[in-house]
Amino acid sequence: MIKIINIGMNHETAPLALRECLAQEPTNTARTLAAMRDLTCIKEGLFLSTCNRVEALLTTEAAPDAKRSMTDLLCRMGGVSEKTLSSALFVFEDVDAVRHIFRVASSLDSMVVGEPQILGQIKDAYYEATREKTSGVVLNRLMHRAFHLAKRVRTETGVSDAAVSVSYAAVELAKKIFHDLQGKRVLLVGAGEMAELAARHLLRQGVGSIRVANRTFHRAVQLAKLFQGGPVSYEEIGAQLLEVDIVISSTASPEYVITREQVKGCLRKRRNRPLFFIDIAVPRDVEPGVNDLDNVYVYDIDDLKGVIEINVSQRQAEAVKAERIVEEEVIQFQKWLKTLQVVPTIISLKDKAECIRQAELRKSLTALSGLTTSQIEMIERLTLSITEKIMNDPILVLKGKADRSTRDTYLDVARRLFKLDEDEEEEHGHGPS
Amino acid sequence: MDVLLFRVALVLILLATAGFIVYIVKQDKSVYKWSYRLLFAGFLCHTLFIAKQYHMLGVAPVLTMKAALSFFSWSIVGVYLVFHLKFRLMVLGSFIAPLAACLMIISSTIPGAEVQIKPIFRSAWLSVHVGTIFVGNGLFAMTFVAAIMYLIQEHHIKKKRLGSLYSRLPSLETLDSINYYALIYGFPFLTIGMITGAIYAQYALGTYWQWDPKEVWSLITWLFYAALLHERLAVGWRGRRAAIMAIVAFLILIFTFVGASLWLSDYHSFESLGGRAGG
Repeated sequence: MIKIINIGMNHETAPLALRECLAQEPTNTARTLAAMRDLTCIKEGLFLSTCNRVEALLTTEAAPDAKRSMTDLLCRMGGVSEKTLSSALFVFEDVDAVRHIFRVASSLDSMVVGEPQILGQIKDAYYEATREKTSGVVLNRLMHRAFHLAKRVRTETGVSDAAVSVSYAAVELAKKIFHDLQGKRVLLVGAGEMAELAARHLLRQGVGSIRVANRTFHRAVQLAKLFQGGPVSYEEIGAQLLEVDIVISSTASPEYVITREQVKGCLRKRRNRPLFFIDIAVPRDVEPGVNDLDNVYVYDIDDLKGVIEINVSQRQAEAVKAERIVEEEVIQFQKWLKTLQVVPTIISLKDKAECIRQAELRKSLTALSGLTTSQIEMIERLTLSITEKIMNDPILVLKGKADRSTRDTYLDVARRLFKLDEDEEEEHGHGPS
Repeated sequence: MDVLLFRVALVLILLATAGFIVYIVKQDKSVYKWSYRLLFAGFLCHTLFIAKQYHMLGVAPVLTMKAALSFFSWSIVGVYLVFHLKFRLMVLGSFIAPLAACLMIISSTIPGAEVQIKPIFRSAWLSVHVGTIFVGNGLFAMTFVAAIMYLIQEHHIKKKRLGSLYSRLPSLETLDSINYYALIYGFPFLTIGMITGAIYAQYALGTYWQWDPKEVWSLITWLFYAALLHERLAVGWRGRRAAIMAIVAFLILIFTFVGASLWLSDYHSFESLGGRAGG
């Protein structure tokens, strides 16, 4: 029986350092998918790697094997020991895996719930999977349902409004501080989905340059390329504070990346030019005391959410609504998955009928010689419609029983009534000889 | 005729003020446009009034408290209209117009008095002295208003309570630069005003400086603005600190203008300037 399994890590289960080990190069996805394809225990696979998550979605008939090989694969990719990795991994199976991927797609599992970037990233991951031909019937269906769901969540709930307006609010605030963002310099410390979104918003407003600082330098180089900016090392942040006007910080560092002392020290050298910190990280990167300094303004993610005046209870109500929509879709998908289990029986049923028809047709045609082609066609059509009509009702009954508890009984009866299993054995028996 | 002109100016400026207040609440651009036109018309009437007075007296009409306040109001509106050309800040009017209207109202409630023009007043130096000082005062009033707006806006942003005023007030950068420009233009006017005052004193009274209370307070005001300008230019003060300093300096200026003239001053007081009969 097919199992859907989801193995991976996200911003909640794994520290950034570990996630970065796994999300090193853009070509990673293709290589991982190729490796997954080579594993015989994995039937279908999809690999998603973003700033905040690295996860593999796969279908298999041998769940324990697949889980083990996938974990090994992740270890090899990141060059980390299994011990460090396994503590940071989550593993979901079946309904939970479906629910998880649905929640990810609809941005309910994001660091900033509702941020819109993730859907695009998942779509890219799926595109890669189709290109590498690792996605099949189940994943195709699953991903299309996920995209559909994401759209529903976006249009039917206010969950995504909040995230879009968070970065919008940040830009509006920057305008209330600087008036004109033309030529202003932006420093991105760490990178996450929201930080990128805010940076993009700022770029559209005409900011002069974007610099990117990251703990691993080559990631900074990659991101800087994305914004046509310059990479700077993590140690340079202090020096950068003398020059930049807006700092967007979103590292996963547990302690403050930017301290009050650090900022205070550079104010005089900056001749008190205003400095605006947008702190998207959870936990916070910028020491709250920084906001007390003159001409320095610090907004963290809660402040920004507060700014857009979507009150907490309303936000919760929207989240509940979104989760309900996810549940609906999970149930729908489960239903479909179950019909998948009656499919083999239906197919062998159809095959059997077709075999009989073909055999009988062959016999009759040899006996009836001298028929015109149109007469032969007539006879073929006749046999076809007879078998189809006979098979129609049993197939409908089986499909109808797909998600009932009596399903297995019906399948069993059907196989016995039509002697499906013996046929297959016969076929297998004939095969090698 | 003069009184009528002043009344018309007052009514127009009051209407403009009301319009500006409606504008800041309703954010309706057409209200703003009409308020601006009313203010401009009021300013023209006021200018005519002052010109007639000047013509009649032969000296800038600042010899009584009534006339001085009216002149102050006129210079504030004048400076605002000029600033409007550069900054195009609609909301500034909502803060400037009430201030100008206030001064006009106070001026209109003070009973008019016969003015005796002493011959020594008929001097170009005096008119230059008074004119430059008042342009300076108008500009400093602008720094004051911009500073108050800055502090309100800064408070909103720092405390993260972005109320209705937040969206209506301009950006911090804009307010700070209004504050800055008004200061760097205002300061030379004040300086020239004080120098020409000293020259006039030498010419009229035979001495450049008498340590008259108004002179002393003017010097203190000048020192405050000089300090603020220095801090801005040399040290790079800006924002909140500069705004607070601008407010303090303007309050000292007002004290110099009103307090020192009414209670402390010797020959600068309105009484001795001829505001009362027999002065």
